[in-house]
This record gives sequence, structure tokens and C-alpha cells, in this order.
Amino acid sequence: MKKRKITVGVTGLNNIDSPGPGIPVIRGLRESEFFDVRIIGLAYENLEPGIYMHDLVDKTYQIPYPALGSDALMKRIEYINSKENLDLLIPNFDAELYSFMKAADRLKKIGIHTFLPEMKQFEERHKAVLPEFGKKYKIKVPESKTILTDKYFEKMEDEDDFKYPVLVKGKYYDAYVAHNDEQAKTAFHKIYAKWGLPIIIQEYVRGTEVNVIALGDGEGNTIGAVPMRKQYITDKGKAWAGITLGDTNLLSLTKKLIKKTKWRGGMELEMIKTEDDEYYLIEINPRLPAWVYLAVGAGQNLPEALAKLALGIEVKPFKKYDVGKLFIRYSYDLIVNLSEFEKLTLYSEL
Amino acid sequence: MKKLPFERPIIKKLNVGISNKFGLKTELEPITHIDNVSVSELIKEHGSPLFVISESTVRRTVQEARRAFETRYPKVQFAWSYKTNYLDAVCRIFHQEGSWAEVVSRYEYDKALSNGVEGAKIIFNGPDKTAEDLKIASENNSLIHIDHFDELYTLIEIAGKLKKKPRVAIRVNMDTGVHPQWDRFGFNFENGEAWEAITKIMSSGKLEFVGLHTHIGTFMLTASAYEKAAGKLASLAVDFKKTYGKNVSYIDMGGGFASHNTLKGAYLTGKDTAPSFDEYAEAITNALTNSKLDPDNMPLLILETGRALIDEAGYLLGTVIANKKLSDGRHSTIVNFGVNILFTAFWYEHQINPEKEYSQSSETTVMYGPLCMNIDQIRDSIQLPPLKKDDNIIVSSVGAYNMTQWMQFITLRPRVVLIDVSGGVHVIRKNETNKDITALESVPGHLAKI
Amino acid sequence: MKVNKNIAVSESGFLFDSMSGDSYSLNPIAAEIIGMLREQKSVEDIKKTLLEKYEVTQTVLDKSVDEYIFTLKKLNIVK
Repeated sequence: MKKRKITVGVTGLNNIDSPGPGIPVIRGLRESEFFDVRIIGLAYENLEPGIYMHDLVDKTYQIPYPALGSDALMKRIEYINSKENLDLLIPNFDAELYSFMKAADRLKKIGIHTFLPEMKQFEERHKAVLPEFGKKYKIKVPESKTILTDKYFEKMEDEDDFKYPVLVKGKYYDAYVAHNDEQAKTAFHKIYAKWGLPIIIQEYVRGTEVNVIALGDGEGNTIGAVPMRKQYITDKGKAWAGITLGDTNLLSLTKKLIKKTKWRGGMELEMIKTEDDEYYLIEINPRLPAWVYLAVGAGQNLPEALAKLALGIEVKPFKKYDVGKLFIRYSYDLIVNLSEFEKLTLYSEL
Repeated sequence: MKKLPFERPIIKKLNVGISNKFGLKTELEPITHIDNVSVSELIKEHGSPLFVISESTVRRTVQEARRAFETRYPKVQFAWSYKTNYLDAVCRIFHQEGSWAEVVSRYEYDKALSNGVEGAKIIFNGPDKTAEDLKIASENNSLIHIDHFDELYTLIEIAGKLKKKPRVAIRVNMDTGVHPQWDRFGFNFENGEAWEAITKIMSSGKLEFVGLHTHIGTFMLTASAYEKAAGKLASLAVDFKKTYGKNVSYIDMGGGFASHNTLKGAYLTGKDTAPSFDEYAEAITNALTNSKLDPDNMPLLILETGRALIDEAGYLLGTVIANKKLSDGRHSTIVNFGVNILFTAFWYEHQINPEKEYSQSSETTVMYGPLCMNIDQIRDSIQLPPLKKDDNIIVSSVGAYNMTQWMQFITLRPRVVLIDVSGGVHVIRKNETNKDITALESVPGHLAKI
Repeated sequence: MKVNKNIAVSESGFLFDSMSGDSYSLNPIAAEIIGMLREQKSVEDIKKTLLEKYEVTQTVLDKSVDEYIFTLKKLNIVK
């Protein structure tokens, strides 16, 4: 069969010790037996390693941060499109999803397909509103509460049901376990300084953390889903090794959730499995995670499937995956000439 | 041979890892014209700094807001929030567009009257209304929004001496899931105080209870809070009908809609995150139409939004005074307008563009105003092309609050011009002079000679 | 005034200091000035050339060039 040629824009080329999902997504696309892909890297910073991985990324353009507004971003994408004629765009950063979701129609008009969650799906899974999400979709979530002052901790155990330890979390990023008032207040101020208010207090659920990568087709069907447990975690809390699990409960829970929410696009569910075999949903990441290549290696090429969905090509749900496959991350030193760095820095293209 | 335009030579260290995020063309785009009027001509003619208001932007924005509400709800009335910008010319544009006046002091009340607004179309809000104010407002048949019980009792006392019943509403505060909760104005919904106030009004027999008012906060970035608020006011109106057999004639949802400015510390720009008029309208009208209000007798919906209607129509033009290196190596730019006239610099990351085209280079700079005061900082970090002394810059979206909260401090306040819909430029506020300020002062005899 | 030997400037305005490993970007006129310094031109001559070529007053030019040279010295790019 002759492969179909497509040009795909991919962000998240920061394949560093806390990696973005861009490079693993590209590896999945490159291994597709259906597509012959030309990869256009979209980079925010000039040292994102993927920029210099010429066997994976054909050409890279720098794009402005979402913080500069979607107008600036869209103008840049339109310029890149005029050179490269993109068929598909796969954003991989949480912080940029909002801008790309808002721009989805505008992108479609210039022939660029995306396959992103709907705004409503994106908004209702935010950490700060997780309890409502749990109630709505009948899934267990840890008790949590939004607070605005550290005085809260002085009366927490008397007035509310929370008992130490609790998790203290920022609205977007950061989480600390606190075992007493003092630790809670320290965590509160650390997060407040970085991410502002509100701060979220979450019940600490004891158990094992398990994750599921999944892809929903937007109609309620699960195209693929692979559960994984982290085997080794770095001091940044990132998985350095993980193994696919044969946990059917976790799979059926994922499928139910996708059915009810009609989730569109990639997702990662972070769950805690307690000793009594209960599952608590901790967080939903609204995109494919950095360990997506484990799913590819286990038999589910989710990046390829996502590309097909985006382009309106029929995709049959995956029926199986290999249980007991491991991923082990490693680092690798690329050698780069200064002239490449110079070219990218000055012209924002390489 | 024609000489080339000069640009200050700059050298910028490349921070590896951190991209030249502003190095892309779009960020340095000059603003050469406002409504087809040349910025440099405006400065030449009227001086710098200079406030500019675009009449067509004002009209377009208010029409857009009306369309969003009127296509969703049968009876809608906007009331111009005077405190947001009470230059007479600006107020009159809104009144021409059909807006009533919403005032919070006797000063603003009298201003609205002198702008030709009929008494019955003035909404008198706020905690500070004197007995005299209440009497005048009652006689003019204005809508008095009662803020607290002291005011309510005073008004009942005054009403006894008047021939007609004052028309009143109460301001209600409530929990809409938004923090901080504005509970310092009006009567609380959840603890029953609001109902208590209504009961008092009705039992007095001296006031005509016509409406319910709320104003849930400012720069509200989530439209859903309005849905909760509208739902709560509707439930009060339903209870009122049940108890007293009368319909409330209006529900006033106040203001607080966000403009496109970016709040300090926000990650995404205001332009991307501010809900549209359609989103606010959808939230409010949904709550009203889904409530138990009698569909055949829906109350008039009043909106007092200020900021979102005027912010984008205002520009501040200014000029670079100097470039300076700070001791830690950072670059700084001193411009000729300060926080005394650009009050909103305290909470916004104002968008600032150059007036001319430069090369692609940019530098990070701290932008200071001209005041001899440490707090006079316009932006703590902004990427700009290498501006030099006497180059002009344009601050966008300054129409709300600056021309009312500005201070005569250290220096005099600048001129304000209006660009009308056909491009004509009109001075709507003259430059302040020493004489204007000192006219109010007097020197005792023993200080006449120094 | 001399540009240090370990300084490399590309046509695109990319300056690399091989002693420190720092890299910089220059706007066109900044690169032009380094080029003239390389040719051993004095600061006075450079200013004269620029004044003839660009639409600028003596005062603004003096201030801009002096400030730039001061920065170059501080960064150990010129001696």
C-alpha cells in the first residue's frame, strides 16, 4: 500500500529530563504504516532538543508563547502554513491547549486539522472543580476544597473533615504533601508565590498511583487505552521507567468515563488505587502524555490513530496491547554546531 | 542621497534555553494611525502626552453589547456607568446610543442631569447619598438603589414629607462562587437580609419597590458567576410576587464585565481570556428565562457595564524622555506619562506599541513614568524596539477609569481628544493650566510677601 | 580601541565570544559599528560616518554610540 503523505506540526520538543510529549508523538507518527509524514517542529525555546534531531524533525519554526495572545500565535502559524502547507497540528503542552482550542475553527479554515478536547471538556476537568466533575460523572475523587488564606489550616481539622496528611495544590501546577499546619502553610506560600490563588486542599488518598493513556473519538468511543504504573520516579516526580498493566478494572473505568464525557482527543488519567481496590481520580491531563511511546511499543499507535481521527479517516478501536512491556528512559547527548543554534536564534527557523 | 532612519545600536545577550519569545515580527508592530488619523500628527497638533478616544469604537462596542443581549431577551436597557469615564462628550455618546445614566454621587448625578438625561432615567447607586440627595432624586423620579438600612430608614422618613412615592430598588450581595465576595455593598441574599429590606420597604407603605440590583465584582473572567447571581435575583422576584402579588419591574445585573486588558500576573492575555458579550449575555439571560419568573411579565433587564464598553476606545499617546541603564544592567526607558494619569498601570500589563517601524531587534526594558516617585512604573518588563529620546509610543485600552481616577500630581493633566466617526478630531478636555488649579486656592494676608 | 580576538561576528548579527561562551544578537547598526572598530577606525570617525549616513542629530548619536561602546567594554568585547 502506498503511504499517504501528510505534513504535521508538533509542539513539545523539549525532550529533557522532564520531557514534553512531542518527540514520542513524532516517533509514533514516523512508525506509521499508513502515513508518510513530514514533521514540522514548533518550538518555544531555542534549546528544545527536538529542534536538532534532524532524523525525527524535518524543519523547526519558533512560535510565540501563548502568553503573547492567540493573535500573535495564529499569525505565526499562518506564516508557517504558507511555507509548509500543514495538514495537521498536534499541540502537546497544557499551557497552549487553551489557545489552540480557541483557534481550532480558524485553523480548519486554512486547512489545518486538530483533534482537541472541546472547551467544556477542558474546563470541567480542572483541578479546582474536580469534586463537581466526580459527582457529575459518578467517579470517585478525593475530597477537596478551594482556599484563599493560610489561616484556614488553623481550624481545618476542627471545622472540616480534612485530616493530615493533606495535599496542597496549585490551580495549574505543583503539589505538596503536608503532615501538619506548618508544612501546609509553607506549601501554601510556595505555591501562592508561583501560581497565585486559589490553593486547593485535597484529601490524601493512600494507595498506588496508576496512569492510563487513552484516546477518545469524541462520540463516546475509546479508540485505545493502556494502563501503566511508574516503576521509577525522578526527583522531579517524572516516570523514568514504567510498565504496562493488565488491570481490566482500570480499563473499563476509563472507557466509561470517555463514554460519558464524549472525550475528544488524547488524555492521561492519573488515579490512585487503594488497598481495598478502589480507584480515585486525581487528575485528567487533556493530551497524550510523554510516555505515549510505551503505548506504541505495546501495540497501540495512538499518535497515528489521533492523526487519522483528525483527518476524518475511520479508525477501529484497538482490541489489545502487550501487558508487561516496559519503557526505560535514557538521555543522549546531541552534538550541534553553533551555526545551527545561531540560525534558529536569529531567524526563528531551522 | 537620502539618509537612512537611525536606530539605537543594541547588543543583547542570548539567554540559552529562553527563546526570543518577542523576537517575532508581530510583537513590534507599529501603530501609526488611530481611526485613520496619524499619531504623529495628533501629537504635533495637540502635544504629548495625549489621551485619544475613538468614537466609532465606543459606538461599535455598545452596539455589539446591545445586540448580544437584545437577541436573547425581550427587554434590555443599558445605563452608562459615569465613574468609568464621565467626560461629558463620552457620556453623551452613550446617551445617544440609548443608555441611561448610572451614578454613585451627587456630583455624577448633577453631571447626568446637565447632560440632558431625564431624571427618571438616572439610577442612583452607592453607599453615599445624603438626605438632600435622596430628596432631589425622589423629586426627579430617579431610581434609587438602596445600599444599607441607614439609607432605607432615612428615605422612609423623607418620603413621608413628599407628594409622590420614591421609586426604589435594593442592592443585593451574594455568594456566586467568586472571590473576593463583594459583601460590603447592599443587603446579603443568603442570610435573609435582602428579604428583610424588602419587607421593611413594603410595610412602610411610603416607597414604591420597583427593582432588584446586584453588582457581583469587577473584571469578572467567568460568565457563570452572573448566571448564579441572576438566578438568585430572579428567585427574590418570584418570592416577591408570591408574597405581595406584584411583579418586580426590573432586574439590574450591574457591571463588572472584563475588558481585553491583561491583568498583572495573568498567563494568557486578556484578549484571549475575557468572556465575550455573548457569553455574559448567554449566562444572564439563561438564568432569567430558566427561572420561575412569569414568562409573560419578564422584568426589564438593566446592565451597568462600564469598563468593557469604553476601555478599548481609549489610547494614551506618549513620548520617550530618556534611556537609562540600571545598576544591575537592566535597560530602562523613561516616558512622559506616569501613573498619575495612567492609574490602571497598577493592575494591567498595558499593551504598548511603537509609532514607527524598527528593525527586528528588541530589548527588555523597565518602563518608568516621569514622576520623581519610586512607584511611578508603567511596566516592570516589556519588550520594545530600541526606542530613543523623542520617539512616540502608544498605550492601548486605557478608556476606562483613567480619565476619572487620574490625579493632578506633580504635573498638569494632558488634553483629551475625540476622533469622531468621520475622522474629525475634537478637543473634549483642554490641557490643565496652573491657573485652573490655583484658582481654587487663596493665600492669607500674612503670607502675601515672602 | 580594539575588538578582542576571541570575538566572532557573523553577517547576520550573531556575536560569539569564544572565551566566555556567551552569544549575543546585534541589530544592524550595532554590527556595523563593530565592523568599523575591526577596521581600527576611531570612535570619532565612526560617529562621523554614521552622522553622514543616518537621519540623526549629533546629540542623539553621541549618546547612543557612547552608551553602546560603554556596554561593549563592560562585556569585554572591546578593549
